[in-house]
Amino acid sequence: MKNNFFATTPGIVVVGAIIGLLAILLQKFGNPANMGICVACFERDISGALGLHRAAIVQYLRPEIMGLVLGSLIASIVSREFKPRGGSAPLVRFLLGIVAAMGALVFLGCPWRTILRLAGGDGNALFGFAGLAVGIFIGTLFFRKGYSLGRSEKQSTMAGAIFPLLIFGLLLLYVLFPQVQGQPQSGPLFYSVKGPGSMHAPFGASLGFAVIIGFLAQRSRFCTMGALRDLFLFRYWHLFLGILALFVVAFGLNAAFGTLKLGFAGQPVAHTDSLWNFGGMVTAGLAFALAGGCPGRQLFMAGEGDSDAGIFAIGMLVGAALAHNLGTASSGAGIGTYGIHATVIGFIICLAIGFAHIKRA
Amino acid sequence: MREVDTRGFSCPQPVLMFHEAVKDNADEPLDVLVDNQASLENVTRAAQKNGYQVTAHDVDGTVTRLELRR
Repeated sequence: MKNNFFATTPGIVVVGAIIGLLAILLQKFGNPANMGICVACFERDISGALGLHRAAIVQYLRPEIMGLVLGSLIASIVSREFKPRGGSAPLVRFLLGIVAAMGALVFLGCPWRTILRLAGGDGNALFGFAGLAVGIFIGTLFFRKGYSLGRSEKQSTMAGAIFPLLIFGLLLLYVLFPQVQGQPQSGPLFYSVKGPGSMHAPFGASLGFAVIIGFLAQRSRFCTMGALRDLFLFRYWHLFLGILALFVVAFGLNAAFGTLKLGFAGQPVAHTDSLWNFGGMVTAGLAFALAGGCPGRQLFMAGEGDSDAGIFAIGMLVGAALAHNLGTASSGAGIGTYGIHATVIGFIICLAIGFAHIKRA
Repeated sequence: MREVDTRGFSCPQPVLMFHEAVKDNADEPLDVLVDNQASLENVTRAAQKNGYQVTAHDVDGTVTRLELRR
């Protein structure tokens, strides 16, 4: 621990601040507003790029997701923390990933984007953040009762490497089949020609910045879900100071760049249905808590060889596809036809998983 | 000697297990086995916050024994 500055409280504050800075720069370079980095949105876009859903406005093989995993992979190899492990209720984690993505896409954002939306002045994100906090709080009640998905076990190097290798494969696809201006397809990949999926920073910035974030987040264990969970469970502010730093820097830069827009109506890639902004994130927050990490943290753990986290991330990819195919995802116009159904069913699934995994009376 | 084995668990369970172990018996020495760096840091941070001196001993390159003493 003494060799790891980033695991100290000043360290996590620095990491949060850097994430805030790079996220706002990515927005400046072309990513959608208040979406410099959003793990749920970007996994949804990747899902679309691969044709798992065919919502034409959200299809792009976001290099940020690859960068986050590769950054963590590099950090874990350098620090000798790459440890292939898994086998802790994988199918449960897969299902939690599906539920998490579907809940997050009712609100339109993962916890990172919740903070970026708040930092951009989007008042609707207050309801999302409140929902996230309530969902995670419910999760901590399960932990207090002895909830556990069980121990993971050491696995083969190959098992730990599969997720990073899949990520390499996606990167290769991106390089082999780059976007053709104005064309909705390039080889096997789908590319949005309008909408949020068409808005993106240049490849190098997207990948490079995300590698930096992935590296720092692996070293510091940055986790937005953990930030709230540790606060509720232990009154520990350590991780929370990290997300606070992210917010402060992103808010300051939005103010400096003139991209701060306070209010509720007409916010970018957002809707004003407060109840379901809240509800969607209660479901997502509970799913993150039960799975042991926010979507970003799951990617970083997958990068260091945790195949259970990799399965959760793939669950999110599938959940995002389902959200668009089944009409549960929201849009700027409002919640989807079946958004409420997905939120409620997802919440019930989480409760069932929670109660089923309480180990002691 | 009391021992808490957190191997295979990731946060928050190792820290919860630490709290559970010291809840009614804070002064008796306690050893905590951890098998990943994040748990090592989290348990160390939690123990230090609760007034313990923490000494880490590498067991086999993967597992670390944290000796928590008041």
